[in-house]
Parts: sequence; structure tokens; C-alpha cells
Amino acid sequence: MAIHIDAEKCTGCGSCVGVCPFGLIEVIDDLAVIKEGCNLCGACKDVCGFEAIVIEQVEQEASEGYSGVWVFAEQRGGNLKAVSFELVTEGRKLADKLGTHLAAVCLGHNVNAVDQLIAYGADKVYLADDPALADHQEDYYTSLLVDLVREYRPEIMLAGATAMGRSFIPRVASILHTGLTADCTGLDIDPETSLLLQTRPTFGGNVMATIMCQAKRPQMSTVRPHVFKKGTPDQQRNGEVVKVDFNKEAVTARTKMLEFVEDLSEKVKLDDAEIIVSGGRGLGGPDNFAIVKELADALGAAVGSSRPPVDEGWIPYSHQVGQTGKTVCPKVYIACGISGSVQHMAGMQTSEVIVAINEDPNAPIFEIATYGIVGDLFKVLPMLTAKLNNSRG
Amino acid sequence: MNIVVCIKQVPGTTEIQIHPETNTLVREGVESIINPFDTYALEEGVRLRERFGGKVTVTTMGPPQADTALREAISLGADEAVLFSDRVFAGSDTWATAYVLSRGLTKMGGYDLVILGKQTLDGDTGQVGPGLAEMLKLPFVAYVSRIDDIQDGRIRVQRMVEEGYETFEIQLPAIITVVKEINVPRVPSLRGSMKAKTAQVPVWSAEEMGVDPDKAGIAGSPTRVVRIFFPKRERKSEMLTGTLEEQVSALADRLGETV
Repeated sequence: MAIHIDAEKCTGCGSCVGVCPFGLIEVIDDLAVIKEGCNLCGACKDVCGFEAIVIEQVEQEASEGYSGVWVFAEQRGGNLKAVSFELVTEGRKLADKLGTHLAAVCLGHNVNAVDQLIAYGADKVYLADDPALADHQEDYYTSLLVDLVREYRPEIMLAGATAMGRSFIPRVASILHTGLTADCTGLDIDPETSLLLQTRPTFGGNVMATIMCQAKRPQMSTVRPHVFKKGTPDQQRNGEVVKVDFNKEAVTARTKMLEFVEDLSEKVKLDDAEIIVSGGRGLGGPDNFAIVKELADALGAAVGSSRPPVDEGWIPYSHQVGQTGKTVCPKVYIACGISGSVQHMAGMQTSEVIVAINEDPNAPIFEIATYGIVGDLFKVLPMLTAKLNNSRG
Repeated sequence: MNIVVCIKQVPGTTEIQIHPETNTLVREGVESIINPFDTYALEEGVRLRERFGGKVTVTTMGPPQADTALREAISLGADEAVLFSDRVFAGSDTWATAYVLSRGLTKMGGYDLVILGKQTLDGDTGQVGPGLAEMLKLPFVAYVSRIDDIQDGRIRVQRMVEEGYETFEIQLPAIITVVKEINVPRVPSLRGSMKAKTAQVPVWSAEEMGVDPDKAGIAGSPTRVVRIFFPKRERKSEMLTGTLEEQVSALADRLGETV
């Protein structure tokens, strides 16, 4: 194993035992023993007062020939998604720390306002414009992005953890035989190694892990929308748009999109929403989502749901927030009649402001709420809606 | 139709608690379950078999106790199961996991459709499905919410994206990941449970699968966890007070400030 106990230094004190997140350490005959399954997180090494725990360091392949931070700038229907600008903003900070350049990669057809990627911080935009790329055919996208990476060799690549991002970016990482970390909530540069530190939640958000991709390039991460805030665009910024050719004959497209049906039922989409109002079991029935919708309308918010209403058929699955639904990170999340199961909280606990409205003062949701009202949601919601509508004048 | 469903045994996260004093994970008595999204994958495989005939083989890469998850899958309708287990696999990240699964499926051969769940409860990356698709060089669609038809060696599916739904047609053999919306999984049948008890579940080792140990486990994982910590819950919590009217008023003010 790449980790071992120095028997001469170990006193069997057991400080390491409780600290192992996976419970793999036992003290047997005054000596710590690490069972199989260790993934070298180093928590035990950090607490050992005797330096008895040794972890082999991975040989770091020099990042030779690799430089630059890239952001995959996703677009749909010719419009760049907000997450693209959020990542350019964040990518800019990383590039500055590394003293290197930032480039955005945009694939599509007739994409609007590509120069805004420069305004938000990119030095270059690699733009592939072709009718064949309009429908984000993932075989084309995968092949093209792999080719670009092989040609220009960025050391870091960021992409949005959207449906598309989570589906074709892992294919790119797989072909390049490099590391990809999903749903990062924190990105930074390690001052010692200049490597990317990728932090993400695991176990439903109860445990945070920091991950590195030491020996492979590019170091790739996906980030959910709204985790990072986009900065202020500077229209005076200079940059270059580099046109990239795409030869579709060279790639076999093995999936054919027959049709795209836009979900027009929701004025505000859950995934992109800055404000979400969610209903839970406390609503009692499908018709009562009406008062949730009214509050959502007053706030320009999307409507979400915990699991029980979806299971009961009160609202479609596309609204479900939680471990087996969507993970969201809005500015404001208002939970109405939601008790706050671990699974639901896993889907929304990183929201900036959480409001909980519930009749039960002991509901777990109050533990993570910024503001809480213990009360009858059938009274509170209409009152709140009226107040917000009145204050508009 | 020859269907393979790849599942993962995960800790039932309802049981993951933080010990209040030591701030570590409480692991005692944590039960293991089939990753919930995989139950939808399995159910879909079984329904396809009921519709088109054939068989469903369920597989997993895991430690010896993952045998329990495979048997549970048999009780839920899978015909056969294979466990890919070897010490060399321990500590695999998603790249290494996809690699190991690809070796197992290549040894198995003869499949028409490979189905996985959208993501796991513990890792939550959703990366093994697409990674496996590349390793096996199969056409791939993620987030399938409905299988419409299979005809002339092609499958038509509907998949979920943020803005709505897309309909795709792909050539078999293919691989898909599925979301919860696709079906409601059945409960184990009595016959299934009996079958699960007596089923032979072969265990395939790294050598049998032709796994290059440099590409599996920690050695084969491009990513590595360098630190684990427990997030500080720094959220200031304010329970609003006063009459309901006053509370609502206060909330409206605070929302006005934030938005």
C-alpha cells in the first residue's frame, strides 16, 4: 500500500483511529493498522504526533508543454449560458495566480456575443462555427474538444456541470486519460506545486474532499451553475477570437437527435434560477402548489419540490430538488412545508440564503435556514406574496 | 436482447451522521444499499427483457460484500450476476472504475445495451457511464428519461436537459444512463428472493479480466483525494419572531435586501 505505519515511531495512542473518515484504522497490540480501502486522504497523518504515518508521494509528471487555463463556454441556441461567464470569471483568477493565459472554447453555430467572453476575462476564444455543431451533437463535441486540447495543451480545463457538461466532458477526460472532478464548489492553486486544488462535497455534503490531478493533464473540473459568481465585464478588454475548423466527415456521429421539445411550462427554469420557492409534503395536495407558484411569480422565482410531492404525483419530477433530483445553488431558497431530510438538504444546502417555513419548530430544515418562520404555510405564503406584490406599488 | 446493468453498492446515506464530539463520520451500523439511481437502471433493463425477450446480467466492481447488492438485484429481476472484485481495484477513481468495468464487459461480450444509473449517492460524479462508453467505444446518451422503441438494431430514447427534452436515435450496441423519471422500480418478488439466495455469483479477478494493474485502483487513478474535512456550518440562523404578520413583514424586508 502507498501508506504504511512506521512501527518504530507508532506508540499505539489511537489518535488516528477516530479521524479516519472511513473507519479503516485499528490499534492492535499497541500498533496502528490500516485496513484496505484507504484512499490516501491524509487525515490520519495530519493528527499523528509521532510522524509514524508515511504516505508515498506520487511522482509528479512535469506539466511540460502544458500551459493555460481553459473554459468550455457552453451555449444553447446560439446564446452563451450564464455558467460560461461564471467560469471565465473564476478561470481568470486561476490564470492570474499561475501567471498564465485564459482561453474560452466555444462550439456551435452563429453564437451571439462571443466577444463577451473576452470582456469577462478571456484572452482568447477558440470558436468553432459550423451548422453541424448547432445541435450539440456530442460525438462531434467530444472529438473536437479532444483535438483542440491535444493541439494547444492547456494545463487546466473548466466546464459547467450542466446536462451537456456532465455527459460529454467525462468522455473527453476518458479519451485524454486525465482526471476529472465533478461539481467542484471550490477551486484554487496550490502555492507549492502550482496544481489545481479541486474541492467538492461528498456524502450528500456532509464531507468535503479536496482533490488533485497530479500526474495527468489537463486537470479538469466541472462546476455547477451559480456556484461562482460572474464578475463585471470590461468592454475595453482586448482579446483574440481564433476560428477553429471543424471537419464533420472525419467524425462518425453515432447518435442522431430527432427532436428537441422545450419545456415551456416553467417561466423560470429551476437549474438557472436565482430564487427558488419549493413545496413539500406540508402542502397536502397538488392544488396547493398554486400558492407556491404565486409566491414564485411575485419573486420571479422557479418552483421546486422535495421528494414526497413528486412521488405522490403532485408535481413533475423535473421540479424535484435533492439527492435523487436536482442540486441547486440559488441566491435564495424558500422551503415551504419541507421538513428537511438529509437527502433534500443535499440538493440545496449551498444556497446563499435559505428560508424555512414550517409548522414544526423541530423540523431539521431550521438547522440550515438563514431565516425561519414557524407557522402555517397556508397563512404565511399568501401574506408574503401580498406583501411583496404591494411593495412593488 | 442481452442487457447488462452496472450497479454500485453504496452506504445508505440516511445513516451518515457526524459524531458530535470527534466530528468524524459514524460508520457503525451503516447499512449498504444498491445506489438508488441504479435501481431505475435495473428496472428498465428488466422491463426491456419483458418486452423484447433476452436476459439481464447485473455487474458491479466492488469488495466481496458487494455480492449482497448483486443478489438483491437478482431478487428484483436480474437473471445473472457477476462480481468484479480484486484488491487491485480498491481506491479507483471514476477513470479507473470505467476501465475495470470495460475489461469486465469486454470479457463478457455479446451485449446489446448497457444501462447505468445517472450517478451515485457517495461519489455523485456521474462520470463512470460516459467514461465506460468511451472505453468500449459505444454510442452514448446520458439522462435518459424514457425508452420509446427498439427496432432494426436502433434504440429511440428521450433524455432530459435543463430546458426540456431531446429525442435521440442510436445504433445498438449502446450505453445509456437513466434518471429517476424513467420508471417506478418493482419490489422483490418471492420467486426473485428465492432465486437470489441460491444464485451462483461468479467473482472475476483482475487477471481473469485482463486488467492492467497500473490502470486500476489508486495506481490507475488520475485524481486523488488529498484532504477530507467537515464543512463548517457558518450559516447565521435567525428565527423570526412576533406575530405572523410581523414575521412575514420582516422576511419580506430581508428578501428585499438580498434580491
